[in-house]
Amino acid sequence: MTPRAAPRFAVSPTQALALFTLLLVGAVVGLEVFGSGYLRTLAALTLINILLAVSLTMTNGFTGLFSLGHPAFMTLGAYVAVMFTYPVGRRGFAMPDLPDMIRDVALPLPAAATVGGLTAGLVAAVIGLLVLRLRTHYLAVATLGLIIVVQTLALNLDGLTRGGRGLTGIPREASLPLIALCTLLVVMLCWRIKHASIGRAMLAVRENEMAARCVGIHAFRLKMLAFVLGAALAGFGGALLPHVVSVMTPKSFGLMLSFNLVAIIVVGGQGSVIGAIVAALAISLGGEALRGLEETFQLYGITQVIVAVALIAALMWRPKGLFGLREPLVRTP
Amino acid sequence: MSDYAIQQIVNGLSLGSLYALVAIGFSLIYGVIRLVNFAHGDLMMVGAFATFGLIATDHVPWVVLPLLVLVAGFLSGGLVERLAFRSIRGAPMITGFIVTLSVSVALQNLGLILLGAQPRNFSFPAVFRERVALGGIDVAIIDLTIPAVTLLCAVLLTVFVKTTRMGIAMRAVSENTLAARLMGISINRVVLLVFGIGGALAALAGLFWGGKFGQIDPLMGFVPGLKAFVATIIGGVGSLPGAILGGYILGFAEVAFVGFLPAAYAGYRDAFVFGLLILILLVRPSGLFGSTEEERA
Amino acid sequence: MLTVEGLQVTRGRTRVLTDLTLEVGAGEIAALIGSNGAGKTTTLMALSGLLPIAQGTATLRLDGQTFDLTRADPAKLVRAGLVHCPEGRQIFTRLTIEENLRLGAFLNRDEARVRALMDEIYALFPVLRERRHEAAGGLSGGEQMMLAIGRALMGEPRLLLLDEPSLGLAPQVTERIFDTLRDLNAERGVTLLLVEQNAMMALDIAHRGFVIREGRVELAGSGRDLLEDPHVMGAYLGLSA
Repeated sequence: MTPRAAPRFAVSPTQALALFTLLLVGAVVGLEVFGSGYLRTLAALTLINILLAVSLTMTNGFTGLFSLGHPAFMTLGAYVAVMFTYPVGRRGFAMPDLPDMIRDVALPLPAAATVGGLTAGLVAAVIGLLVLRLRTHYLAVATLGLIIVVQTLALNLDGLTRGGRGLTGIPREASLPLIALCTLLVVMLCWRIKHASIGRAMLAVRENEMAARCVGIHAFRLKMLAFVLGAALAGFGGALLPHVVSVMTPKSFGLMLSFNLVAIIVVGGQGSVIGAIVAALAISLGGEALRGLEETFQLYGITQVIVAVALIAALMWRPKGLFGLREPLVRTP
Repeated sequence: MSDYAIQQIVNGLSLGSLYALVAIGFSLIYGVIRLVNFAHGDLMMVGAFATFGLIATDHVPWVVLPLLVLVAGFLSGGLVERLAFRSIRGAPMITGFIVTLSVSVALQNLGLILLGAQPRNFSFPAVFRERVALGGIDVAIIDLTIPAVTLLCAVLLTVFVKTTRMGIAMRAVSENTLAARLMGISINRVVLLVFGIGGALAALAGLFWGGKFGQIDPLMGFVPGLKAFVATIIGGVGSLPGAILGGYILGFAEVAFVGFLPAAYAGYRDAFVFGLLILILLVRPSGLFGSTEEERA
Repeated sequence: MLTVEGLQVTRGRTRVLTDLTLEVGAGEIAALIGSNGAGKTTTLMALSGLLPIAQGTATLRLDGQTFDLTRADPAKLVRAGLVHCPEGRQIFTRLTIEENLRLGAFLNRDEARVRALMDEIYALFPVLRERRHEAAGGLSGGEQMMLAIGRALMGEPRLLLLDEPSLGLAPQVTERIFDTLRDLNAERGVTLLLVEQNAMMALDIAHRGFVIREGRVELAGSGRDLLEDPHVMGAYLGLSA
């Protein structure tokens, strides 16, 4: 690789994190004080997209896996979390099959989302043992299949999920500051991992698995770690979403979401945390702008077509995404 | 054998035929350029709507219609290759299937824009819905037509691949692209042909799908497309007889799962199919009939 | 017949051919020798249109016609009479022997002519006829080499580029192959450009030889002269002077 000229303005990884925190706090305070309810919801959804994209860029970007299964883990995390946040009085009607053990357990959202994330991580550990041995395209199809399996289960376990009718009246506990905090924590975690020795080992696996194994890196263990951690964060982020929109159905997180998340991390440059953040921002806000267009011209679906075409164009024009593996304006130690 | 069992076998045959038709294209495309084409199933949707449109004109005789659908599928398969896939040929595998996934998403949403999200009722002529007595039970004619036509296609395609100059060239490209170029074979032309054939068969599957289930919509192709990929894997990716056999095995397995287990489990059929996929990938990554050739490729 | 001047070819980030100049006359056998990585295979791949040429000229003159090799795809060159029999034989192992031969004449639509060519190949290598309906992967190394040569001849080459025909073959088999090559040249007038590790054998049948080093021709001369050159002997023939 040709060495790049050092940018005139560059910060250390720690400074970058501090800068991101500052920007985030500023944006949240600004929105809380001056923003409308609509803007706050848009910001909340955008932040969750950032959380999800950053966690996916760790799984797929750092180690070079190609998982499309994020929505499966999100669905899992969401339903598990809702079991703990749903109003106790209405559980007998909406979730008659809820185990007695947790029938009366009510948890605040952060705790419930953590339980959801842990469950997703646990399931990912079992699935990962099976599917991470597969080669790239098989892994992609197997994880797509996983989405369908999870959706099918959610549809049929209607004693817990109300099936296709979905759960409504989920408490809107996910405030913008809470979501911002969660996003910040996830970004920090992934950022630290990337800049620690374990992150460099993951990147080595991505660049050349055989060579990485030759220098004593345990590739499978690292892939498992990236997959399980990514899934747990997906479960966690997925758990936040129904607490913004108050509804959860088996189809809430499906194939299109999977595609959009992949589009975000590919456009951002697989493995670049800043790239994932920038692309998530662009696609969330751009998508919202286009939604107006869809409604005005009655062209439902045009946003997806544009995203898809843009992704193809990006791959032809800039196959490594905006930033590749790099973090723009950040000094590498 | 009970009437019920015979009925299930007929169902398995016709569902398996649909999977086989889609799987053939999947397998051919992978064989020739090592591309996992997620958009392949959506060509089935294109075929279904082409049929729908042709029926709506009310001027196309029933013997000609399937031929026109084949042509439409051939052209759309080729068009997709030319517009989207040619420029990424030789790119890393991940780039390849991100692009095919994008094409799939674009096709589905273009379908939504142009055709609307409402499922359309598909009216095949009454003759196909009539039932004939077979071994004591009534079987819908469509359920017999599908396997018969599929078999015909499989035979014709096999003859083409085995004996014609272009067929041999196709097999040569899938084994060794470099040597094929040295023979003066135009890789572009072979790849275009393969996408065309795959698209034609997928479109035919779309025609049958509408005839069998009576309803079509713009998103109908993706999951059957994935299942056809499962069928391809069962048979060993890149193998033509494997894809056909894999399609039937999957069709029968799915029908057996729904037909012979308590009704409460019927809703889990898709979970079953993809569970089966993961199981097969673990036990025999090169498929039940595939050689280990593919793994090295 | 073949004139190459100042050829430069890059593979990946490496410039493999730096400045290659050589000439092969009609009816000759020319041998390209040199150590691993000198650029022998790259030369052949560039000449047959498999690798893009960065700079330099390469022209093929046949029957008063001139073909520019720097911007041509393999199909056009095969039509012109330039056939490349690649390193490692590259036969289609899953296809039958007959199908392999048929593909050698892929651009030839005259089925009767193809049939006749095939019969000629079978006469040249009778073992191929016996096993013509078997998968080519089952052939022994020597038989695969015969098939590779046969397949190349199906294209009716005027200039045949041959990459390492002796690779992995037993000495007697190699000798048999080289006899065949000499006959092809003498009896059918096929011009040969031969790349070989086995420099001794190659120079022995060659009218003209080129020693390649680091992407350029270091030494050129008649086959006999090079065989007797003390430097070549030491460096490439494994004989100390």
